[in-house]
Amino acid sequence: MSDHNYTPKSKFGKWFNDRLPLMSLANHLTDYPTPKNLNYWWTFGGILTFCLITQIVTGLTLAMHYIAHADMAFDSVEHIMRDVNYGWLIRYIHSNGASMFFLAVYIHIFRSLFYGSYKSPREIIWILGIIIYLLMMAAAFMGYVLPWGQMSFWGATVITNLFSAIPLVGEGIVTWLWGGYSVDNPTLTRFFTLHYLIPFLILGLVVLHIWALHVPGNNNPVGIDIKKPSKDTVPFHPYIVIKDTFALLMFMIIFAFFVFYSPNVLGHADNYIEANPLVTPAHIVPEWYLLPFYAILRSVPDKLLGVIAMLSAILILAALPWLDTSKIRSAVFRPLYRQFYWILVLDVLVLGYVGAMPAEGLYLLIARVATAYYFAHFLIILPLLGFKEKTLPLPFSISEPVLGGSSNLSMAKNEKTRE
Amino acid sequence: MSDKKVNRRDFIFTATYAVGAVGVGATVWPLIDQMNPDASVKALASTEVDVSSVEPGKTITVLWRGKPVFIKRRTQEEINEARAVKMEDLPDPQKDEDRAKNPEWLVMLGVCTHLGCVPLNDKGDYNGWFCPCHGSHYDTSGRIRKGPAPTNMAIPNYEFLDNKTIKIG
Repeated sequence: MSDHNYTPKSKFGKWFNDRLPLMSLANHLTDYPTPKNLNYWWTFGGILTFCLITQIVTGLTLAMHYIAHADMAFDSVEHIMRDVNYGWLIRYIHSNGASMFFLAVYIHIFRSLFYGSYKSPREIIWILGIIIYLLMMAAAFMGYVLPWGQMSFWGATVITNLFSAIPLVGEGIVTWLWGGYSVDNPTLTRFFTLHYLIPFLILGLVVLHIWALHVPGNNNPVGIDIKKPSKDTVPFHPYIVIKDTFALLMFMIIFAFFVFYSPNVLGHADNYIEANPLVTPAHIVPEWYLLPFYAILRSVPDKLLGVIAMLSAILILAALPWLDTSKIRSAVFRPLYRQFYWILVLDVLVLGYVGAMPAEGLYLLIARVATAYYFAHFLIILPLLGFKEKTLPLPFSISEPVLGGSSNLSMAKNEKTRE
Repeated sequence: MSDKKVNRRDFIFTATYAVGAVGVGATVWPLIDQMNPDASVKALASTEVDVSSVEPGKTITVLWRGKPVFIKRRTQEEINEARAVKMEDLPDPQKDEDRAKNPEWLVMLGVCTHLGCVPLNDKGDYNGWFCPCHGSHYDTSGRIRKGPAPTNMAIPNYEFLDNKTIKIG
């Protein structure tokens, strides 16, 4: 794996490394050549690793006090909040940690979209990322069910009922998922089991994600290949480690704000009412991070097609490396794509907003337009843009715009035309 | 493969894979089937309800198999309204006569056929039920009239044991 041969200095180290090359791996990770022009949008990989570890550690400790039973789950969560030492803190870190995790993952995904990080040769990194994202949504959904409040219960009912849209076998699948004829104790215990399992699956996929990243190396804001090792790169340690740590501290300030000053602002008051199978809350909404997809589901008047549209909205991302026909990675050199990119960002925010609103009147109309645009972006605009767009010339290296005697990219462009 | 003669070894390979696949299937099936409703869940399959105190125009909600069942004692106006509807106006055409054997009593699963929420009584554009989750409107016979739900609310198996007792399931 290492880019140069590494030999430990001590005799024992050499003996050990010959049998299990852990030190070679550590050396690879510290010396790993990183493009020196990475900006702060590249720090979210580290932040996401922090989020995953935080969720696993707080989740393990919560599981020591939580009881996965329909009659006791709600009370055990209140017991954690009131009686368990620092239980309130651990639970608030865990529940807000889920939101922070999604905040970071959305920034991470949109960074990839802007700088074309999903393009060749990084398609596998991208697809692994989409699988991680899907697992995150599954883990978050099942975790939300565990407190057994009204939103837990009815969220579980609505989401599991999505499978009933499948022709012929749908009803059987839903009964199988529930372990009964409605969401009940068997559903809760299996959700707890899976909620415990999924983070470790994510951890494994994160290892593959980083492994796949270390084969071609990082993309960078200019989006061109770097020669490594060269003057275009710096070693991961200490340069990127320090930068990532600084960004992580900034992120933790926001995280701490939610945990200590508004721990329930991202949740729903209805979830502090114990689950009642006879009464549906007047206004069911998922957590904020699922709202855009919820809006897409509701914008289609047909049940099966609505479910298909919602799933497609996520799975279409996996096909992105092939839908985007442009060879230029970074939006910096794609003047048209850059505009469509920001329209897409706006479109997703609009979908998120209407997803939180009642599905009627003007909101429904906006949701339909925004859904149509979302799919048009990936299925029509991106494939055509690769052929139609007149891209700006790329610099020869990431150092050139800086060291080539000119201070901006447009000057670098002139130098290229001169040659 | 087609131009080559099938020999003894090919047969042994195929037979081994086939037996192996059956073995894997037989091992995996219990692990999958354990998630289906267990014997204790299936045992709670029927519920008896005393409906003698239900006034005309009122609805009671009872729990059957963990799901709400609406038992509505309909007024004559509501029955007339349900029976006057033309079949071509219905997304899921079904006569009210087929849904309520005794027209005064409508017994149905109080579960929206879209994604399983419990619709609200006496709400919506058709004086029946309205699902707050995704906006499905049902009429006084519990038939879907407007919104994303694909079918009418389901009628469970039930019978009148006597004048005041309904057995559901």
